Formats: sequence, structure tokens, C-alpha cells
Amino acid sequence: MTTRIFGSGIRRREDPRLITGGATYTDDVQLPGMLYAAILRSPHAHAKINSVDTSAAAAAPGVVAIYTGADTDGVLNPIPCAWVPPGADLVAVAHPSIAKDVARYQGDAVAVVVAEDRYQAEDALELINVDYSPLPAVTNPEAAMQPGAPQLHEDAPNNQAFHWVAEGGDTDVAFEAADVIVKDKIIQQRLIPNAMEPRSAVASWTRATGELTLWSTSQNPHICRFLASLVTGIGEHKIRVIATEVGGGFGSKIPMYADEMIASFCSMQLGLPVKWTATRSEGFLSTIHGRDHVEYVEMAATREGKITAIRTKIYAGMGAYLSTAGPGVPTILHGLIYSGAYDIGATKADVYGVFSNTTPVDAYRGAGRPEATFLVERLVDLLAVELGIDPVELRRKNLIPKFEDGHDVASGITYDSGDYEPLLNMVLGQADYQALRQEQTRLQESGHYMGIGVTCYAEICGLGPSQVAGAVGFGGGLWESAIVRFHPTGKVNVYSGISPHGQGEETTFAQIISDELGVDVDDVSIVHGDTSNTPMGWGTYGSRTTAVGAAAMVLAARKIKEKARLLAAHLLEAAEADVEYVDGHFTVKGSPDQTKSIQELATMANVAWNLPEGMEPGLEASAFYDPPNFVYPFGTHLAVVDVDADNGHIVIRRYIAGDDCGPQINPMIVEGQVHGGVVQGIGQALWEGAVYNDDGQLITGSMVDYALPRAHLLPNMEVLSTETPSPHNPLGVKGIGETGAIASTVTVYNAVIDALRPLGITSLEMPLTPEKVWRAIRQQQGS
Amino acid sequence: MFATKFDYQKASSVSEAIQLLASNPGAKIIAGGHSLLPMMKLRLTSILMLIDIGGIEEMRGISVANGILRIGALTTHAEIADSHDVKDNAGILWETAYGIGDPQVRNRGTIGGNISHADPASDLPTVLKVMDAKFTIQGTGGIMRGGSRTVSADDFFLGPFETALGENEILTTIEMPVLAANQHAEYAKMAHPATSFAVVGAGIVVTVENNICTAARVAVGGFTPIPTRGPSVEQALVGKELNEENIVAATSLIHNDLGSDVFGDVFASAEYRQAMAAIELKHAIYHATGFAHHN
Repeated sequence: MTTRIFGSGIRRREDPRLITGGATYTDDVQLPGMLYAAILRSPHAHAKINSVDTSAAAAAPGVVAIYTGADTDGVLNPIPCAWVPPGADLVAVAHPSIAKDVARYQGDAVAVVVAEDRYQAEDALELINVDYSPLPAVTNPEAAMQPGAPQLHEDAPNNQAFHWVAEGGDTDVAFEAADVIVKDKIIQQRLIPNAMEPRSAVASWTRATGELTLWSTSQNPHICRFLASLVTGIGEHKIRVIATEVGGGFGSKIPMYADEMIASFCSMQLGLPVKWTATRSEGFLSTIHGRDHVEYVEMAATREGKITAIRTKIYAGMGAYLSTAGPGVPTILHGLIYSGAYDIGATKADVYGVFSNTTPVDAYRGAGRPEATFLVERLVDLLAVELGIDPVELRRKNLIPKFEDGHDVASGITYDSGDYEPLLNMVLGQADYQALRQEQTRLQESGHYMGIGVTCYAEICGLGPSQVAGAVGFGGGLWESAIVRFHPTGKVNVYSGISPHGQGEETTFAQIISDELGVDVDDVSIVHGDTSNTPMGWGTYGSRTTAVGAAAMVLAARKIKEKARLLAAHLLEAAEADVEYVDGHFTVKGSPDQTKSIQELATMANVAWNLPEGMEPGLEASAFYDPPNFVYPFGTHLAVVDVDADNGHIVIRRYIAGDDCGPQINPMIVEGQVHGGVVQGIGQALWEGAVYNDDGQLITGSMVDYALPRAHLLPNMEVLSTETPSPHNPLGVKGIGETGAIASTVTVYNAVIDALRPLGITSLEMPLTPEKVWRAIRQQQGS
Repeated sequence: MFATKFDYQKASSVSEAIQLLASNPGAKIIAGGHSLLPMMKLRLTSILMLIDIGGIEEMRGISVANGILRIGALTTHAEIADSHDVKDNAGILWETAYGIGDPQVRNRGTIGGNISHADPASDLPTVLKVMDAKFTIQGTGGIMRGGSRTVSADDFFLGPFETALGENEILTTIEMPVLAANQHAEYAKMAHPATSFAVVGAGIVVTVENNICTAARVAVGGFTPIPTRGPSVEQALVGKELNEENIVAATSLIHNDLGSDVFGDVFASAEYRQAMAAIELKHAIYHATGFAHHN
């Protein structure tokens, strides 16, 4: 009988060290002779830098060195943008690590102080005298493209970073033939990611060998090494990036930042290790932001409610420079997934990437797919109202029917597998949807405003086939590799190029390998995050870690089993064909006593006293996995909200998340990912949003003004699932890290609008603060 | 989060703390450190010397005698939230203390430090004002002559982060009359989602006899420089039955008492906060009197 640990909600093995202070994060690294860097950042959103006087700061106690843009210019290459969507006329503007002539956003680095301690460095920053000539600034992406707007880069007229159009089917024909067209303007407000651990870098240059060791808060240490090599000019073989313990990222730790390269530059100049760690306020300014779209969207349909086309025009803020993957987010990860869960004949995305005097924008949990899901689901709700059809029935009518091995959508991508309606029904059953609608009507009669939002989504993740990565302009591959190694005592290490940073994959990967090799889960340890002892991998983002990274591990484990079988046959003096494998044991058919465990075989392979002719010692294997397609998780989410017309307060009464990510390795961890994602998405709907003033100053520059979701403001979450395997990876798994954030923003938004519809309110800008709701209600009552 | 350089002295008695204050111009008192330290770490303020009064036992503790609830200034929010004396005699304060920050903040932060800091967004000043609290203040001259002065909550708060405390004075004790059986008190607030600080806070103490309100103290805070009493509301409540119609009519008068200095920010404008003051007052009275939540 086979007992699988796959599917078991065992506790996360990384938690004891993570929650008791036992982990060594980058800021915990202490090296002999280490110095501390602090970065001076432009207080202006846009300013000419006339001069930087560092003389007073240089004389301050403990100061070892001060560098400006004049020092790094020509020594450090520009920070690269690594995702250049093809056919989009992308302008790859130069992004210096330290601004030399012009500061282009509040937070742009202008100088760095290196001192004997962090306090001295901070004190010296105040003594640097920069002569700025402030310039007009622009922060809104649509405004930045208007005539007369302040210009950021000479080589990017009208602040246009790129213009990307993707059309599948003929949207013009569909719109001309449409019985009904619904339209909206959507502001996908700018969000500020906040991982628990601020960004940090410890750079240690060894002059004698020409080697750089960089501890970095990175979701993808191998990419970090690759890009650090481009910026510093040091060969990749002489750079070691260590990111074994990273305290959350949500996408914000994918990019190569100037700060890490500044720390490296300082260490290389001084021949001593240099640490830089962002303060929380510094993080608000210098860590990438997310979203920031101004969108004009429309949907065409027949009178009967058959959706025929979606068309958009999008101004996507890129910030002052193009971040590592920034341009890929509003294009490839957004414009190709407009079909969502529906059968739609034609979709067109017309996307302008726009420079503005703001912090660069890049991937933030969901990255493009929350924005796409939002506009689709928003339009479906508008269409339902327009046609007088129940929004759930309209969705059901348009759902893609069950498919097991591929479904082509208009944009040109092919979904892997899906069976959407059972999950819709499950969620509606859990909610008792009909009863909720009746309650809504009843409450409305007594002046209470309750709303229901339902979202059906399908998303694209598990990035992805390398050939496609190349075709869509991603500057790297998207495969993964792994080494699985049996030690002499039968214990197993798995070395992976993927880089979990809090998600719990040390646990889930061990579960997978435990099953594959038939060894106890506690006999398996996962090694990740250090480029010096892990094979090449492209990192953890885009919900790809398990779908791609674990797939490589499984393939390596299967190779090991084949070798172990040969050795077992040799030691049991049986023909290979007569040796059966069950649960970690190789047994001669019909002779249950004639058996060897794989761990015994590991010992025999490692001592190598008696191997078959020609067999190499050891029991290990490596494998590369390049997925033939992305994976496409899907689901239905439902929110019930109550809105207090007196003060505009919104209370989420219920939230039901139904998600299908294929077979679940550890349901507890899946549930945790759903919780976290849903909460982040609700944060966008209700609380979060970067606000700049007219001068380009970030008003919401700290946790005092920028409201992250808090537990006491959230409902108990009801988590449901179905399991539809992906046909093309060895485990059948799909991503679950982003689905919550992809579905929940619009689910809550639509629920609030549903509640307010009787008052005549059809649209509001996020975040849906009580005041906005209250004003809208008052305006309607006044009119 | 790196403060500029500062000196640090620990005082072991009130008199030692006052002497240290007097002999070190520019020095500041630190108790729990939950208001001043973050400001120093953000470099919003720079202090040359901190005098730590955190270890002074005589400034700690809760007692009730002769109808007066007495709380030492160094008593933490957690101690107040754990106290049956406070719960039984000033439930409004007990509940408010429990709602401050998170457990870590409540374990360190003190009632005296909170009041002396006089953050307009804080809850306690509003609550203490409606509770008619009196603050005992000791200073150089005072202590040597065996005297200290008492300032009422109505007179203590002068402006944002500004109080009646003199250069070399320390707040040592907070006293307030215990609530009588026919007095009902409540603090209702609209909390900022980021910090849980008051966007609008509303405190009320009403005395009810034979279903008629015979006395009322009303104050709102969070959006005015100091907690603002609502005499218009108070007058409108007294002599009335506390029914929905009368409560709504009275609380809607709060705008008469607010003056022109009303705060707003990106989360909630001044106009909105003014409108919400009436709503929160209404909620406070509803809750205090057990009036069924409005339908």
C-alpha cells in the first residue's frame, strides 16, 4: 500500500527558525571590518543637479568615503531593463545607479556615504549639500503623455516608453456588430509593496581574487548574479549571490536595484565589506511600486448576453526608469489574458508604457493579471446591469466549457486545462446565493445596503516555456534545474535554483521528493538561495516555483530511481526486469524477502564496494525542466459586503475563495497562500494607494498614511477548491501564490458597487475609502 | 530609523527626574518611549538628553478611594486594560486603553506619556476630558516646597503636542471621579485603517435619571488641535429623553463647537471629519445608553 505525504497538511518546517529569530537575513550578516552605507536620495521628484558638495560630510566622524554619480559614472554600467516586449518601440533609457545630472523621482539616489557605523553614515548624509534646480514633475501616466507635460528623458518623446498592441480576432468587426457595448474608465491605482523584511545588501569584494560576494534580498539570486555581472563587469563565475533567507517579496525583490550595485561599488572601491539596509521610509520611495494604470475599457456583446469582444486603451505608469521586468507586466502578463474564464472571440490590448516622475513600477503580486481580471469582471458586471441579467447567470453563459488538454483563446495563448462551472456552483452553494439576493432585496427596503460580488477568473502563471520567454522579449530563460543527491547514510539533499522566500516550499518540496523516492520526509532537505551551491534557476515569481522548479526535482528523482533499480538488481542478483519498485523498496518479484531499500542502495552506491560493471559511484542526478506551456489556475470568488450609508463604511461580511490549482501538495500551505493573496487584493480595493502631490512628493510615504490590510478589518475566509490537473507537468500542479490577489480586488469592488447601485452609484475610484463612498452617496442624494 | 546622538539618564525618583530636567536644558522625559522614540528615529525631532522615568515605582499603580480613581502616570495601557478598578469605575477608559495600538504598544506605552505627548490623533485626551480628569504636575519649585499643582483636562491640552506642562515639570498622577450608577460613558471612533489612530473620536458621559438626561459631557478629538468640548450638544441633551430623535438632533449640533481649525488628510478631509463627528457622537450615546443601534 502506498502512503503519500503529497496532499498532507504537515506543518511548515521553516517556521521554527523564521518565527523565533533563528534565521540569518541579509541585515543579520556581520563580517570583519564591515562598513555601513547610507544613500542620499533626491527630495525632489524632478530636479537638475547643479553640484554636490560632500566636503563637510567627508569630515564628519567615522566617515570613510562618499561617492556621487560622478564616481560611479562609467564604472558601473546602467541598471538594465530585462524585459523588452517585441514590436513596441521600447526606449531603453539609461538608468544610472547614482543620478549625476538629473534626479527623476523623489528617492532617486544622489550620493552614498560609507561610514564605520550606520548612525555616522546617517549623520553625514545631512551634511551633504546638493544644489538642485527643481523642474516641473508629472506623476500620472495619462497626464505624462499629454502635450506640454514635463519630459523625463530626451530620447523618449512624450514620455512614451513603449507602445504595445496585441489583438486576437477582429475586435473592430465585433464592436461594429455588437448589440450592446459597455465602457468604463478604470484607475488601477499605484500600490506600494511592503515585505516584512526591508531590502538589504551586504557586498564583500575580495581584491586578491577579484570575487564579489553579495548577500541580497532577492527572489532570484541567479538573475541577480547575471544582472550584477552586467552592471559591474565582473564575470558571473566570480560573483556569488546569497539570498537564502528573504523575508517576503511579493515581486518587489525580483528587480535589480541601484542600491545593491551601489553597495557593491563601495566595497570594490574600499576593499572592505559594505552593508546597506533600507529603512522602511526609504523602501516606500526606492522599492518598486505596482499597478498604476489609467484604463479605457469596453466590452461588446449580443443582446442575449454572449460576450463577443474586449478592447482597451491603457496608460501604464513605468516610473522614472524601466525596472527589470516592468514593461512585461502591463503587456504580456496583462494583455494576453483578457479572455479570463470566458469564451470571447476577440480581444485587443493597446498599451502605452509611460515614464513619470515616480518610483519605477514592476511586478507586484499578480502582476498584470489582477488588472486584467479587474477590467474583465468590471465589464461583465456592467453588462449584466445593461442587459438586466443576473451577473452570475451572465458569467455562467460565457464560461469556457470543460477542457482537458488545451483551449485556444483569442489572444493566441492556449490554456492547459479547466473545468470552471463546478467551482462556480460550489461557491454559490456555499454562499447560498439565491438567499443572499433575497436578503439584499429585503435589506434594501429598510435602507440597508448590502452587495454581492462574484468573480470568475482564469490566470496565466507557472512562467514559462523558454521559447515563449524569448519570443515575448524576456531577457532570459524560464526553465528550472535541480540536483537530487543521496548521501551515504541515505539522507537526501535537493539543490534548487528556485528561491522560496517564505512561501513554505522547503516543506512542500520535501513532501514531493519524499514520495518520489520513498524516504521519510524528514530525511529530505532543500537547499536554495545561494548561487555557489545551487544549480542555475530563474527564481521565484509568477507562481512558477512548484510548477517549474519542483518539476525539475521530480525528473531528477526519477533518474535516481532508475539507477537505484540497476544497482538493486545487481545486489539482489536478479534480472532488472524482475525488480519491482514500491514505496522506496526494490524487491524481486515473487520474493518479498529479496529486497533493498533505496536508502540502503544509497549507502552501497556511495561506498561503491560492489557496483555493476561501468556504473559510476554515488546516487544523485540533475535534471532540467523547461515547461511546454504555462499553467492556468482558475476559480470563483464571492464577497458579501455591507455599506453604511451614514458614514460610508464598508464591512466585508463574507469572503469565499474557490480556487483550482490542480493537486494540492500541502492544503494548509495552499490555504495560507489564498489568505495572503486575497488580503493583498482587498488592500487595493479598500485601503491602499500611493498619493503624490502636484510636485511629485509621495504623500503616502510611510505606514502612518499608507494603509496595509489589518487582520481585524477582514472576515473569516471560506476556502474551497477543486483539483483539475495540468496535463503537461509531471505533478499536474498549477500556481496558487497570486490567485487571491488576482480575484479579490474586483470581487470586493463589484460587491460594493452592487450595494450602492440602488443609490444610483455605478463607479468609484479605489481605494474605496469611507469618505469616497459617503461623498458619492451624498452627491446622489443631492441630485 | 536612526536617531541623532543623545545622552541618557535614568531617574530613580520624581525629585531626581525634576532635578535632572532643571540642570539639563533641552532634556526631555521619556517613559514608555512609544511616542518620542519613533519621532527621534525618524529624525522629526532631535533631543540632546533623555531622562528615563520608566523605573520610578511611585508613579505607577491604580487605586480607588473616596469616589476618585487614581492612576499613576507611568501605568501602562496594558495595566489599565487589565484593571478591574478601572473597568468597574471608568469603563470608558478601560475600553479605550484596550484599543490602543497592539499588545507590544500597550505593554510599554503609559497613560502619562500619552497625555504629555498630546498627539491630537490620540484617544486618551478626549476620553479624559469627558471624564473630567485632573492631572497632578510636579515641578522644581513645587516639590521643594511640598507642593504640586493640579490642572484639569479641560485646561491641560493647549495645542497639538502642546500642554500646560512647564519646562521642568512632570505629570505624575491622573485622577477622575468614578462613574455613578446612573452615568453612562462611551468613546466611539472612526479609526484610520493604517494606524488605528482616531480620524474622529467622540467621547460622552451622560447622566440619566428617570429616562431623562440630567447632565452631559461631550468631547470630540482626532481632527481638532486638542479635544474639543461640545457645549451645544451638551445643552441640547440635558433635560431631554435620550431617544433617537433627540440624540440625532443634539449630536448634529457639534459643528457649532468645532471652530475653524479642523484637520483633514488624504484619507479623510476636514469636511468629512466634521460630518462624522456627529455620527460618532451618536454612536457613542447609542452604545452608552444601550439604545438599539439605529435601524
